[in-house]
Amino acid sequence: MSNIGSYDERIKNFDWSIAEKELDYEPGNIINIGWYCSDRICEKGYGNKPALIWEGSTGIEKRYSYNDLRLNSNAVGHFLRGLGIQPEDRVCLFMDKIPELYIGFLGILKMGGIAQPLFSAFGDESLFVRLDNAQTTAIITQKKHAPKVRKIMDKMPYLKHLIIVDADPAKPLLDREVAFDLEKAEKVEKFVIHPTYAESPSVLHYTSGTTGQPKGVKHVHYSLISQYLTSKWVLDLLDSDIYWCTADPGWVTGTSYGIIGAFSNGVTQCVLDAGFSADNWYRFIEKHKISMWYSAPTAIRSLMKAGDEVIKKYDLSTLRHLASVGEPLNSEAVIWSEKVFGKPFLDTYWQTETGSIMITNFPGMKIKPGSMGKPFPGITATVIDAETFTPFGETGKIGLIAIKPGWPSMMRTYWRNEETYKKKFQNGWYLPGDRSSIDNEGYFWFVGRDDDVINTGGHLVSPFEVESALLEHPAVAESAVVAKPDFVNMEVVKAFVTLKPGFVGSKDLDLDIMNFVRKKLSPLAMPQEIEFIDTLPKTRSGKIMRRILHAKEWGEEIGDTSTLEND
Amino acid sequence: MDEMQEIIKAYVIKEYVEDDTELTYDSPLISGGIVDSFSMVSLKRFLENKYNISIPDDKATPEAFDSVNKICALVREYVK
Repeated sequence: MSNIGSYDERIKNFDWSIAEKELDYEPGNIINIGWYCSDRICEKGYGNKPALIWEGSTGIEKRYSYNDLRLNSNAVGHFLRGLGIQPEDRVCLFMDKIPELYIGFLGILKMGGIAQPLFSAFGDESLFVRLDNAQTTAIITQKKHAPKVRKIMDKMPYLKHLIIVDADPAKPLLDREVAFDLEKAEKVEKFVIHPTYAESPSVLHYTSGTTGQPKGVKHVHYSLISQYLTSKWVLDLLDSDIYWCTADPGWVTGTSYGIIGAFSNGVTQCVLDAGFSADNWYRFIEKHKISMWYSAPTAIRSLMKAGDEVIKKYDLSTLRHLASVGEPLNSEAVIWSEKVFGKPFLDTYWQTETGSIMITNFPGMKIKPGSMGKPFPGITATVIDAETFTPFGETGKIGLIAIKPGWPSMMRTYWRNEETYKKKFQNGWYLPGDRSSIDNEGYFWFVGRDDDVINTGGHLVSPFEVESALLEHPAVAESAVVAKPDFVNMEVVKAFVTLKPGFVGSKDLDLDIMNFVRKKLSPLAMPQEIEFIDTLPKTRSGKIMRRILHAKEWGEEIGDTSTLEND
Repeated sequence: MDEMQEIIKAYVIKEYVEDDTELTYDSPLISGGIVDSFSMVSLKRFLENKYNISIPDDKATPEAFDSVNKICALVREYVK
């Protein structure tokens, strides 16, 4: 029997107070995610239970019990407080998936700071716009990533501390830099946790939109209620589980389910800080006897691509439950996983703004491969007409996914951008920006985004950001960026570029532009293909018509071209 | 040590190594997190441009790109 039991029974009797009671939380009381993920588990008698088993790319392994998690996160909180960092200051985590990232996250929350995780592959421009929007007070990073921060330090007078967790003692630190070695730091037995409440800000994750700069999604400590319960009912976490969430905490899955959901449920979780390789992933599952595996369609399709023979080399019989997140999971991947692992990957649908799983397939539920599943109990979700913003009266129609606001982990605003936040709501519904339909059994079926944002490998990339970066390349006159279909990543970035006089499109220029964007923004944002063209399709008013280029890439009808400039 | 090894190693250091990490011909590039799967596309493009070859997508696997020596072996399959 799974933790959720009967889905139909759960939705009849659901109330979020179920999670509150299990967590011994009463409305109005102090609620601090850092405490719930470490101290509380120790108080329940599980201090010696392994919390985090970490393996690096060289095979080195580190283990932390829940008591280690408590003492070390106390040490981080104590150190930050000692630097003068105040509650609600933004503290950025800019690291690979090393233990300091997981422990640092909890330490920031314990001292009342707002954790701002950023993907460590971000280039200096991506980093700067996010830090500048957040007016970040401190960054915790590794020496390998410090050069990217140093490049932009002068533009950030509000940044008081660059904290390096593995600083080389032989090299002098620069202005505003400070070393913090977690392993050598004195463990702090008693730490006064900052009294945060339900609406106290906890995490600031950045996400991309079609236009404008990335948006800082503000979450609060009360999000724990959703993250705890969805981990328990959807990921079906059990005391005995060895859990592996492959997501990077630079993105929301890595914090909601790679830190908060896992640790608040008191499970043992494993982390592999190494690049992708099918062999290495299967070896990792066998070695650590992983039982619950939460991954992403891109990774699953990469495993499919690696073939079935490699699977036979390993004993993967400990796997009992698999789930997927980040982008729609195609039916072929679901069927493949059932064939090779003996169980299907269950698709889960949610996004940075929702903070936790919204629509999903549950253990024990009839699985329809390719479907998103059904709403989590307590979540009122439907599909609405894009013109009238009212629900369709019949099944099968494609419209906008709409969710009734009010669940615990709902974002509270976009940081310093309330206007854009308000636009996410129509007629009393929150609109995630995706389209789907609902079948006659209540299953949701994903259709696509309702905007130009590119979902590559489960990460959203703003065409506007890439186009802006392209324009900074000395050869580029104009650019238009669209999604291009891709077997592994679902979509990848494609750029159409016109060149300035004196430049000629060539293979070397193509590579130079790719690398320029990769270093400035991130590898995700790097165009995987660049097409040099003479002119971009524009409206008579001069607006680039991305729609036409997108249609060309996807083999779709171009549609109305009456406003095209040279039509 | 041959010229191809040196050229590819120098390119990887220039483009993908952010600090003073030492790199050998056998250092794990993909599994070691130095080159991620998205950046592999630009590395493949470099090899194709430099050696005037075309590497089929199904041969450009993380395993085949996991060290300078492995990349050299792959490139040599296509250099005429």
